[in-house]
Amino acid sequence: MAFHVGHGTFSILLIWNDYRETMMTIRNLLAIALAAGMMVLAGCASTQGPLPLPSSGAVEPTAPAPGPGQGTEGNASGLKNQGQLQLDPLQDPDSPLAKRIVYFDYDSDQIKANSLKTVNAHGQYLANNPTQKVRLEGHGDERGTREYNLALGERRAESVSRLLQLQGVLDDQIEIISYGEELPAAPGHDERSWALNRRVEIVYGG
Amino acid sequence: MTITIVRQAILALALFVFALPAQAVLQIEITQGVEGALPIAITPFKLDPGEARPPEDIAAIVATDLRSSGLFSPVPAAEFPEQLDSASDVNYQLWRNRGIEKIVFGSIDATSEGGYDVQFGLLDAIYGEPLTGYSIPTTRTDLRRAAHKISDLIFEKLTGMPGAFSTRVAYISTQLLASGKKHYVLQVADSDGYNPNTIFTSDWPIMSPAWSPDGSRIAYVSFESQRPEIFIQEVAGGTRFSAAGPTRLNSAPSWSPDGQRLALTRSENGNPDIYILDLASDNLTRLTDYSSIDTEPVWMPDGESLVFTSDRTGGPQLYKVSASGGEPQRLTFEGNYNADADISPNGEEIAMVHRDGSGYHIAVQDLQSGQMRVLTQGRLDESPSFAPNGSMILYGMTYGGREVLAAVSQDGRARQRLRLQEGEVREPVWGPLSEVP
Repeated sequence: MAFHVGHGTFSILLIWNDYRETMMTIRNLLAIALAAGMMVLAGCASTQGPLPLPSSGAVEPTAPAPGPGQGTEGNASGLKNQGQLQLDPLQDPDSPLAKRIVYFDYDSDQIKANSLKTVNAHGQYLANNPTQKVRLEGHGDERGTREYNLALGERRAESVSRLLQLQGVLDDQIEIISYGEELPAAPGHDERSWALNRRVEIVYGG
Repeated sequence: MTITIVRQAILALALFVFALPAQAVLQIEITQGVEGALPIAITPFKLDPGEARPPEDIAAIVATDLRSSGLFSPVPAAEFPEQLDSASDVNYQLWRNRGIEKIVFGSIDATSEGGYDVQFGLLDAIYGEPLTGYSIPTTRTDLRRAAHKISDLIFEKLTGMPGAFSTRVAYISTQLLASGKKHYVLQVADSDGYNPNTIFTSDWPIMSPAWSPDGSRIAYVSFESQRPEIFIQEVAGGTRFSAAGPTRLNSAPSWSPDGQRLALTRSENGNPDIYILDLASDNLTRLTDYSSIDTEPVWMPDGESLVFTSDRTGGPQLYKVSASGGEPQRLTFEGNYNADADISPNGEEIAMVHRDGSGYHIAVQDLQSGQMRVLTQGRLDESPSFAPNGSMILYGMTYGGREVLAAVSQDGRARQRLRLQEGEVREPVWGPLSEVP
């Protein structure tokens, strides 16, 4: 199975209206506004973004969005420790690391193209923080038999794990578990719900 | 989303208004009658004129039992030509004129100890003679069991097969709490859904219940430690223990016919395979070693081989492998999804989940001829389980957006749905014919 890493292969195969991703985007935008407000209060003029990462995997390849919160290459001073305001990238709602769900096609353990960016972002973060552990929780939709779906969920988590390890994440940073179809994210019995249930959740431990 | 909210509101209201009992009872709805089934008249059992009414209607229970098998068609009381008091004054011609072939009559007498003496007789209207009759002493609380025993005796007399009406079924029920969280309960009930007992209850999912061959224990998968783990629990006493050591995935338990071993699915380094666990020694033997998903093992009745699901050729199909290992032999070739096998008690047929263009159905394949017949038409049918006499298959389905159970006779002609008043129910497994009490 070949994985396309990087930002050259965005597929326009987005078939499902992924409302959950939309909700997260809205939440992100609200968080940006809040963060912006906070920065103004703190008197900090430069932008805050994720900790510096070696490659550009975490940066939007499309036209840079206006406003604060986008760590660009321009103001290098804004990316280093800034004293009081130091956002943990895992807590930064604007960071690609805020996306913790990876989606899959039906009957497949191949990561959907529009989820690859998320996996890469986490891969780079984990590779740079080798003491950070993560749990990959695999799930499936309700169709078919429960035990087969349990194994399919594990296989999907395995898929994500392999991609992470390609980025240098260590095997013992990763814990894999499957819940099969037992813990759906969406309760419906239709394509829309099923697409949301075919997922791997990236869970950072406490 | 709106439907979910409304449903939750109704559930919450129901919980409040009706103060529902802790045990949810399965209700049976006959959804398909049977043509060509044997017309049998089950007349009301005579009661003691001076005594209070017994708490159960024996004739009604027997009628429901026999109808559910698909082989009998109980005649409505309006068509009975006469009242029956004993076998000696039956006017068989009257019954024959109505097309009725067999007649059941009986009586329930209260005993001085507070129990009952239930008597029944089975008559052949064609030949005009009694076939069999028994007297069954029972207690007040065991009246339903006595009725099921009568159904078993009638069934066996007329078909030559043992009846399965005195058996029990295990299943998993889920309830949505007011908090929005789900609660899971492993329950055991009579085969008609009555008298449910809670075996295990959890805030985490429970999966894959499996009866031991003597009915004394149930194995199941629990997520209580945040990963799938097999537990074995005594049905009567309730003691439970974890069946296999900690690895990433332990699931799909299946008891060997001698009750000494458990086949299971285990994933040690990311690849689910079939293993056999010797329960006495804790010895684990690997049975499959392939990069595919190998899961859902089930033993053949002779204990010599197992059937399991593997996707080594792409989609899941059923395979058979010797219990001592070796190259598995593929069994299913129709369609690209065949999984979750259950073997008929005589070892001649496999029930499975089979997918075709219209969804996931229950199908039965004859092992000798390889012929498959699809028994159900649901979109999301799953978890087939043979009755211990092979006459019916219990399975799970989705109806009205809720998970319910259904039963279909082995020839596909009679159908029922069994649903809980509140909550959902899944993964039925039929217990053995005779259980250790």
